Amino acid sequence: MGKTIRVLIAKPGLDGHDRGAKVIARALRDAGMEVIYTGLRLTPEQIVQSAIQEDVDAVALSILSGAHNYLLPRVVELLKEENAYDDILVLGGGVIPEEDIPQLKEKGIAEIFTHGTSTQVTIDFIRNNVKNSVRCS
Amino acid sequence: MFDKNEIKQLKKKKNVWEEEKVQKTLNRFPERKEQFTTVSNKIVDRLYTPINVEDFDYQQDSGYPGEFPFTRGVQPTMYRGRLWTMRQYAGFATAEESNNRYKFLLEQGQTGLSVAFDLPTQIGYDSDHSLSQGEVGKVGVAIDSLKDMEILFDGIPLDNVSTSMTINAPAAVLLAMYIAVAEKQGVSSDKLKGTIQNDILKEYIARGTYIFPVEPSMRLIIDIFAYCAEVVPKWNTISISGYHIREAGSTATQEVAFTLADGIAYVEAAIKAGLEVDSFAPRLSFFFNAHNDLLEEVSKYRAARRLWAKIMKERFGAKNPKSMQLKFHTQTGGSTLTAQQPENNIVRVAIQTLAAVLGGTQSLHTNSKDEALALPTEDSVRIALRTQQIVAHESGVAETIDPLAGSYYVESLTTEIENGAMDYIKKIDDLGGAAKAIEKGYIQKEIMDSSYEYQIQVEKNERIIVGMNKFKIEEKAPKGLLKVDPAVGEMQKAKINQLKSERNQKEVESRLRALKDAATGDDNLMPYILEAVKAYATLGEICDELRGVFGEYEQSVII
Repeated sequence: MGKTIRVLIAKPGLDGHDRGAKVIARALRDAGMEVIYTGLRLTPEQIVQSAIQEDVDAVALSILSGAHNYLLPRVVELLKEENAYDDILVLGGGVIPEEDIPQLKEKGIAEIFTHGTSTQVTIDFIRNNVKNSVRCS
Repeated sequence: MFDKNEIKQLKKKKNVWEEEKVQKTLNRFPERKEQFTTVSNKIVDRLYTPINVEDFDYQQDSGYPGEFPFTRGVQPTMYRGRLWTMRQYAGFATAEESNNRYKFLLEQGQTGLSVAFDLPTQIGYDSDHSLSQGEVGKVGVAIDSLKDMEILFDGIPLDNVSTSMTINAPAAVLLAMYIAVAEKQGVSSDKLKGTIQNDILKEYIARGTYIFPVEPSMRLIIDIFAYCAEVVPKWNTISISGYHIREAGSTATQEVAFTLADGIAYVEAAIKAGLEVDSFAPRLSFFFNAHNDLLEEVSKYRAARRLWAKIMKERFGAKNPKSMQLKFHTQTGGSTLTAQQPENNIVRVAIQTLAAVLGGTQSLHTNSKDEALALPTEDSVRIALRTQQIVAHESGVAETIDPLAGSYYVESLTTEIENGAMDYIKKIDDLGGAAKAIEKGYIQKEIMDSSYEYQIQVEKNERIIVGMNKFKIEEKAPKGLLKVDPAVGEMQKAKINQLKSERNQKEVESRLRALKDAATGDDNLMPYILEAVKAYATLGEICDELRGVFGEYEQSVII
């Protein structure tokens, strides 16, 4: 058995809608993962720092304010600067128009989960895509 | 309402009906589910009869519209006199673009304005602050100074329109800007009509746009109560909001309970600060959600009215009946909309509109079909407004007052929600009041539990969401969504630079210093904020002064 998958759930920017983030946090925890939820209003810098300090396998970013095109790629950029992107899977979720998704993926967000996605889909995606394959849950 | 003998007879007959008729049918055709529940998980019986309301006392529990306990409505004639205010929450990008949208809405027959601010404005940061990057103009209009506010209301006479502003932590600053714009239009503040949300407790619970810790935040709110009672007497000084609590996943009963618990906290704080209850209570207003469970929602509004009336009369000794009236705005439930088959949302919004109107709302915002995807386009906002107009003019439900009163189900559910909310309020009292209960994470945890339970029910298909977990189709990505120009941030920054080069810097500094001094003492802060605003100090500068004195709120994270 490998180590348990660790996931950081974060709300980048000023958005206060955290229902989705909290639901995902509980669902991942119920699925056996270790979850760190950071609360509201984190800068991309703070998120990347926490991700590295907490040695997580995935960062799940929830955003409903429309600022995704700036904030999500910024987290990837900073992870790359810290040489941490190769170890950490970056996911996004929230109110994100479909037409924005291809460019977000191009910029290094592994997947975007929008309204109506079952938590099981997210759980499976994380299990199948974490970069450090010795871990499982 | 019924005499004891009649109830006895009815109970007997009901037993017979259940044993003979119902059982026979069940044997051949079992019901669709073992247990039926409302969307809030309240068990729904097969049939409601006078037995469910045997203790109901019409005079005491219902009374007449415009009379205590206001169950049937706050006005004696309700919509026969005047329809509810149709008020679409709007605002995006710059003040110029939002001003155009307001004029469009007024032309389409909207009867009041409702301003949506962007997140930096709501959290007291100027558009050029590093934390504002990517957020400027996104969920609402960016307002950095009085200059922007002048553009926002350009050509809209403020003595002829009522304006609701969804602003909380910096509510005092935006209200001051509104008063200053009116003054420039030659409209005195005693003529101004509108509402500021100004409800910080639910920001800590559910919405997240807080700035300062609890105590100074409560002080700002009470300063506004006191200032408006004298200077802006027609202004609704607070909109105590259950909307966001429900959006965060609460049940209908929790929505009523936590909203009224917040209301109690504000009333207590104002009384503690020396205000007389009837001096400010008539200007308190409320804001609720409208979900799809039509009859539960109608019962919810009725229960909230009755419970608040009793609280104000019995707990706080209010004498003025206006202090006991729960007046409320409604918005249809954003979280009930689906990104899938967005046209279906028009139907959901129509049901929710009916709920709000049958529940006696004073004003209503109807969501647009595309709001699970983006901010609404003009076309989709028009349909949302037309939905209200159709309910108002074609459905007939506005022609008589509180038409569902007397329904065994609605009356019984009204009482059940009222009692459930009262139980919660007692628990919150035991914890030391709403602020303490929030600090301990109690309210957030209760909401979170309901929200997660609902999510699991949806994922197990125990709750059907049409188009999302049943009746699905292959869809193409929707086209023509509203996009906010990413250049808005740069445009706002340029405006701030220009403003700062043009204004009287000395005056700004002295006004800000005066505000800071006042904040360390206990003067009412409104006059100081108004002077700073008039000198074109920016929102961020004013909030920074206050941050320096008050500090910032730290969230308790609960999952």
